[in-house]
Amino acid sequence: MSLNEEVELLRQIPMFQKVEQSKLKLLAFTSERLTFPAGEMVCEQGEPGDSMYVIVQGDADVIVNLPNGPLTVAQLHKNSFFGEIAILCDIPRTATIKATTELVTLRITKDLFYRLVSEFPQMTIEIMREIAFRLDRTTQDLQQARNDLNKLQGAD
Amino acid sequence: MERNVFSFILKYSYRQQIVLVLLAVVNMPFTMLGYTLVEKIVNEGIQGFRKVPEQVTQADGSVIEKSVKTSIEFPEAVFNIGPEFDQVLFLFVLVGMFLLNILLLQGIKYALNVYRGVTAERMLRRLRYALFQRILRFPKPTFKKTSQGEVISMITGEVEPLGGFVGECFSLPVMQGGIMLMSLGYMLIADWKLALAAVALYPLQFYIIPKLQKRVNLLGKERVKRVRKLSEKIGETVTGIGEIHAHDASNLELATFSERLNGIYYIRLQIYIWKFIIKFVNNFIQQLGPVMFYSIGGYLVIKGELDLGTLFAAISAHKEIGAPWKELLGYYQRQADARIKYEQVVEQFAPAGLFEEERLMSEPESPVRFEGEIKASGVTLTDDQNNSILDSVSFALGLDKRVALVGGGGSGRDELAEVMARLIDPDRGTVNYGEHLLQGLPEAVTGRRISFVDNAPFIFNLSLGDNLFYGLKHRPLKEATYEGDKKKERDSYVTEAQASGNLDYDLAADWVDYQAAGVEDNIGLRRAGIEALKVVGLDEDVYQFGLRGRVDPEKRSDIAEGVLKVRKALDERLTDPSLAVLIERFDPAAYNSNASLAENLLFGTPVGDTFDLDHLAEHPYILEVLEKVGMTDQMVSMGYQAAATMVELFSDLPPDHELFQQFSFVSSDDLPELQGLLAQYTKDQLDGLKPHERTRLMSLPFKLVQARHRLGIIDDSVKAKVLEARKAFADNLPDDLSGSVAFFDPDRYNAAANIQDNILFGKIAYGQAQAQDRVGSLMREVMAELGIIETVSEVGLEFEVGIGGSRLTGAQRQKLALARAVVKRPDVLILTEATASLDTSSQARILDGLLTDFEGRSIIWGVHRPAMAERFDHVLVMKGGRIVESGSFEELSKEGSALSQLIAAEAA
Repeated sequence: MSLNEEVELLRQIPMFQKVEQSKLKLLAFTSERLTFPAGEMVCEQGEPGDSMYVIVQGDADVIVNLPNGPLTVAQLHKNSFFGEIAILCDIPRTATIKATTELVTLRITKDLFYRLVSEFPQMTIEIMREIAFRLDRTTQDLQQARNDLNKLQGAD
Repeated sequence: MERNVFSFILKYSYRQQIVLVLLAVVNMPFTMLGYTLVEKIVNEGIQGFRKVPEQVTQADGSVIEKSVKTSIEFPEAVFNIGPEFDQVLFLFVLVGMFLLNILLLQGIKYALNVYRGVTAERMLRRLRYALFQRILRFPKPTFKKTSQGEVISMITGEVEPLGGFVGECFSLPVMQGGIMLMSLGYMLIADWKLALAAVALYPLQFYIIPKLQKRVNLLGKERVKRVRKLSEKIGETVTGIGEIHAHDASNLELATFSERLNGIYYIRLQIYIWKFIIKFVNNFIQQLGPVMFYSIGGYLVIKGELDLGTLFAAISAHKEIGAPWKELLGYYQRQADARIKYEQVVEQFAPAGLFEEERLMSEPESPVRFEGEIKASGVTLTDDQNNSILDSVSFALGLDKRVALVGGGGSGRDELAEVMARLIDPDRGTVNYGEHLLQGLPEAVTGRRISFVDNAPFIFNLSLGDNLFYGLKHRPLKEATYEGDKKKERDSYVTEAQASGNLDYDLAADWVDYQAAGVEDNIGLRRAGIEALKVVGLDEDVYQFGLRGRVDPEKRSDIAEGVLKVRKALDERLTDPSLAVLIERFDPAAYNSNASLAENLLFGTPVGDTFDLDHLAEHPYILEVLEKVGMTDQMVSMGYQAAATMVELFSDLPPDHELFQQFSFVSSDDLPELQGLLAQYTKDQLDGLKPHERTRLMSLPFKLVQARHRLGIIDDSVKAKVLEARKAFADNLPDDLSGSVAFFDPDRYNAAANIQDNILFGKIAYGQAQAQDRVGSLMREVMAELGIIETVSEVGLEFEVGIGGSRLTGAQRQKLALARAVVKRPDVLILTEATASLDTSSQARILDGLLTDFEGRSIIWGVHRPAMAERFDHVLVMKGGRIVESGSFEELSKEGSALSQLIAAEAA
């Protein structure tokens, strides 16, 4: 795939829609396109992370290691991104990402990420929107879990 | 060592000195003959008279003897011997004899000088060797006071002039003195008045010159001292370069250096001035001679009391006196200089406590092993300021015990370890290993039965393997065999070494003590080495060095063949599609999209700089090839496209942005130039480019890697052209360039590429997750199947570690030093904080590895964390230079013990 085709591909990702052409090209040029075969771990919970990923093609599972074994908490599809927490907060990876199909990703390093968000407020807003959406979903899940727990306790 | 330079010279070269003096003596009659011939030529040959003594009765009746000119009746025999000649022939015969004499005289001088040179060089070699040997015999504390720079300057520079002096030490005064005496004698015979007149002022010189010289000597002494300090400063700067930069102290260092140079400058200037004062006085007195000759001699000639020939001969003789006299004075100055230098150097090389030579050189009659008990009794050590370091330390432990030495700073722990390894000798007390008293043992025993490693081990500028086996090379054990000329060369090496009192051991011999390492031969040794590397966890690093190492397939055909097998076996593995994406292999008929265009064109590894991948566009043959396949213009326009993209992407980034360094194939310095080019020319105006601009643009596409850069510039038509160019390049390569590239050939080992590249025979694909690691483990798997992993590690042993091991990391150096201590299988392994600088997991691994490896042997380990002591058989706790507790870890770790306090302090 040539650089120009790649730029077109990136343009379809909501996060990059407002980023100007030449910057998108720089992004495409400097970020590594990484292909993971199905079943391969993209990153593992607890490892240090220095980059985030955007899924260009394929699907992946988000898996959290719990005391009683790994638990798949979400699925990721084309155009979604992950790995931003580790580079935003400088903490180890909070979940394991596993490719469920052949997974093509764009790997954005920490430096490039900061450069992009500082230059393109629109991109920052997109990322905030996504994170807020995830928070909302997590909150709902938590509420649900509480209710379930209460029910269980009530049943005892 | 002899205190005085003359006794040193006499002791080691008296035979040569006798020969030199004899040659000098033989020289004299010929010199004498020269004067006689000159006089004969002038008087008899040219003027045709001879002086004959005659009794002359004077007016007052007294009879005196007087030489009277008598004409010669030619023909006449020369020296009244042989046939008679007429005057012309007579003259020519005399001149012929004169010529012959010159030849003989100069021949003797030549022989004398050559022999003098040989003697001098041998003595210099002997002196340097002796000094170096003394360094090896210095007790360790001496190095606290002696700087590296000083020692180097003494052995290299300072003793150099001594060599020259050795050659002339006795022969020069004899020869020049002889010549002078003879000339003087001749003059005395010819005319004693004139002779006395010529030397009348010499006593004055005898008196004044030494006085002046004394000043020069003192200054010389001072100069030597200051130059040493200068060397010390230079050495210090080289060693401390990091600190100097870290503290912006360059100016301070420069000023210090300048100040020292200033001191030296003034002293040197003074020496100069005094030397020239001496010269002035000397020359002046010397020139008074001719004044006397012309006045007194001239007067006598006028009065008829002296004939002209005699005056000429006397003047020539005086000149002849002048030359040796000058030489003698020069000699006097040089011997003063040599005496001082020698004394100053020798003084520095005679520190208190110098080891006996025996300790380094003697070899035990039968191999010694330490068995039984280690026993230290009353070991006491104080430092040079009389502080107590060890205070009568005594203990006894089995030689099968692994012992932890625990103690904080100043506890004497490290010093005890050094005493146990005999790196320092205690002031009082003894250490016994079994029946052997440590202090009485030569290094041939201590250095083989004991290994010692501290926390800053030294690594030599050798290959990694040579460092690893450094502790196995004590003596040449198997002589190298020589034949023909090589044998002659070797014999003369030995003769020459012995003539200078040097060690004649052959470096080319096999020095390795295989028995000590428990192996039979070199192959076994390498295996044992790799085992030792495993114990300390350096095996993986060495394997990696091996992968990146190059081998000569001619010399190591076994390795090359093994690598080719792995390359083939990899083919099979790559039929698996999930692995196939990881490597794009080189195919003579296909374009490799993970390699640069340059690599695709060359289709080989450049050897030397001729086809340097960064400068291909400048090479005339490459240009010729491109022209031939008709892609020159295409390359220029590709360059234009690439430049346009680079400018578009990077022009608004700050020049030092890391993206530049990481991704751009154009440096930020070149960007403005390209920007200018783009502004000046449009895509359709490329014909108008100036030659250097064409080259500039053309150099860009060579660097393009299709899979990585994805600029869409390298399309199928370009690929086809490059393949065409690849073929044209190889087919028409001129003979003189054929050595500059090693082509990729699926069936051949590429000597210019490293082992990994030879195995891969292709490029690791871009864009595949963890491709590097996955390919790494794939290769390892295949190599393990074929059993050549060890072979690769063996190539890793060839890795050159650089000065002081600088090409290794600190951790690698430390591990290498530990492996070096392990591989010689000592009875006792002594360590002080030897793992302190390593990360925790390496520490644990090495502790485990060494304790297992030394089960049943002795370890004495000055541990840097008291808690480590838990794993040992026995613990000695030190405090203030004494052993305060001794026992097993369980016994000592009860509440309130010194050990548990130390452990608690560490945890806090």
